[in-house]
Amino acid sequence: MRPAIRVAIPFIVAALVASACGGAGTSGGAKPAITIGSTNFSEQLVLGELYSQILEANGYPVTRKFNLGSREIVFPALQSGQIDMEADYLATLLAFVDKTATGSTDPKVTAAALQKALTPKGVTVLDYAPAVDQNGFVVTKATADKYKLAKLSDLAPVASQLVLGGPAECPNREFCALGLKSKYGITFKEFKALDTGGPLTVQALVGGQIDVALLFTSDATVALRGFVLLEDDKQLQLSDNVAPVVRNEYLTKAGDDFKKIVNSIAPKLTTAELTSMNKLVEVDKKDPKDVAKEWLNKQGLIK
Amino acid sequence: MTLFGDVARWFADPAHYQGSDAVQTRIFEHVAVSGLAVLVGVLVALPIGLYLGHTGRFGLVAVNVANIGRAIPSLAAVALAIPIAGTLLGVENGLGFWPTFFALIPLALPPILTNAYVAVRDVDRDVIEAARGMGVSESGILGRIELPLAMPLVLAGMRTAAVNVIATATLGALVAFGGLGRYIVDGLALREYDRLFAGALLVALLAIAAELAFSAFERAAISPGIRPRSERSEDVARSGG
Repeated sequence: MRPAIRVAIPFIVAALVASACGGAGTSGGAKPAITIGSTNFSEQLVLGELYSQILEANGYPVTRKFNLGSREIVFPALQSGQIDMEADYLATLLAFVDKTATGSTDPKVTAAALQKALTPKGVTVLDYAPAVDQNGFVVTKATADKYKLAKLSDLAPVASQLVLGGPAECPNREFCALGLKSKYGITFKEFKALDTGGPLTVQALVGGQIDVALLFTSDATVALRGFVLLEDDKQLQLSDNVAPVVRNEYLTKAGDDFKKIVNSIAPKLTTAELTSMNKLVEVDKKDPKDVAKEWLNKQGLIK
Repeated sequence: MTLFGDVARWFADPAHYQGSDAVQTRIFEHVAVSGLAVLVGVLVALPIGLYLGHTGRFGLVAVNVANIGRAIPSLAAVALAIPIAGTLLGVENGLGFWPTFFALIPLALPPILTNAYVAVRDVDRDVIEAARGMGVSESGILGRIELPLAMPLVLAGMRTAAVNVIATATLGALVAFGGLGRYIVDGLALREYDRLFAGALLVALLAIAAELAFSAFERAAISPGIRPRSERSEDVARSGG
C-alpha cells in the first residue's frame, strides 16, 4: 500500500492544482474563452475577424466558427450556446427574430426594438456601427437600358418576364422576395437559389441566367462591374447597421472590459470602410484575416 | 414520427407539383443530366474497355487512369467544372446543367471501363482459340463472341455507373442546376426538413428504380446459357464497382 500511495501523491496534488486553476476567468485574471460565429458570405468573415482579433489582442481566447450557413443556422446556434457572439444587421435580425416587429429607417429606433426582441432570448445587441449593409437588387446595364430600370418600382410591370437570383432564403424573407411582392407588387417569373451575394450570383447575372440579382449594398462588385443598383424608392430596406450580438450568459462572466473592447470598433466602422475591406477580400482576393488586421492597425485599435 | 408526417404532407401538397420547382420537373432534370452523363460514359468507356480487353494490352493502365474519376471528390469536380464550362461554352453556360454534366462524366467512366475490360479478359481462352482456328476475324471475335459473353459484367458496370451518377447529380444544385438536389440544398438552407427529406427520398427511389430497370434489362438481354458466370471474375468486377 505504501509505495502505491507515494506514487499517487503527485497525481493527487496535480489534480487539486488543476481544478483550482480551472474554470473560465476565475484565477490570475484569465479572460473567458469566447466562440465567435458568422454566416456564409465574405463580409461576415471580415467582421468575424475584426471582433476575433481585437479580443485576442486583449487576451481573450477566441474560437472561430465562421461560414456556418445562413442566419437560420447561426442564430439558433447563438441561442443554444454553440457560439457566444456574431455580427449581425439591426433591421434584418429584428425581422428574423420577431416577424411582427417594425424596424425603422432610424437605427436608434431599430436598435431599441431589436434589444426588446432579443432580451427574452438571452441575447444583447452591443453598439451599432454607422456601416450599413442592406439587400440591393442589381441588374446589368443592358437590362436597365432595355426595360428602363432605375428604381425598384420600375420593376413591377416587367418582373413577370424576369428571373430573380439570390440566396436560398430569399423567398421567405421580408426584405427579399416577400417584401418585393407586398410593397412593390413585384412577382418574378422564377427564382434561382445561388449563393449569399457571392460569386455564383454575380456570374449568373453576367451570364444571363438571372436578370435581377440580390447583392449587398456594401459589395464593391456592383460599382466595379458597372451593374445598376435599383433604388429602394419605397424604403423596403430598413436600417441594417452592423451590430454584434452576444449571449447574456457570456456577458455576465466577461465583464465590462469586454463590452468596451468590442464597442471600440463601432464608431470607426463606416459603410465606406466596410466596402473597401469587402473589395480587398472579394475583388483583390486577400485573406479576410489580413484585411481585418491591417484595418485594426490603421484605426489604432490594436498594436 | 413527426418528420414522417411532414414529409407525407409535403408529397400530398399539390403546390409542389406546379411551377418551376415542381417534383416532375426536378425528376426530369435529374434523369436528363444523369442519363446523358451515363450515355457519354458508355460511348467513351465501353469501346475502349472492350478493345483493351480484347488485345489484353494497357488494360491495367487504362483502369487505373479511369479510377482517378472515382477518386476525385465530386463536390470539387462540380466546382472545377464551372470555369471549364464557362470557358468552353461561354459564361452563360457556366452554371447549371453544363458544369453538372461535365462533373458527372468522370464518375460514370470507371465502372464501365473496368467492367468491360475485365469481362472481355475473362472470356474463356479456349473459345477464342477455337474461333481463331475456325478463321473468325479479330473484329468478329470481339463482336460475336467476346461481347455477348461479356454482357453481364458490362451491364453491371453500366448499372453501377448509373446509380453513382444519379446519387451524385444532387451536387448540381450547388451550381444553380435544378434536379432533385435542389430540394436537398434549399431544404437545408431554409431549414425545411420536410423538403430536404423528400428530395433525399426521391433520389434514393430514383437510384433504386435505375438499379431495378438495369437488372430487368440484364435478365431480358442476356442469353440463359451465358448467365451463370464464374464466381471469381464476378467478384473481382463487382467489388471494384
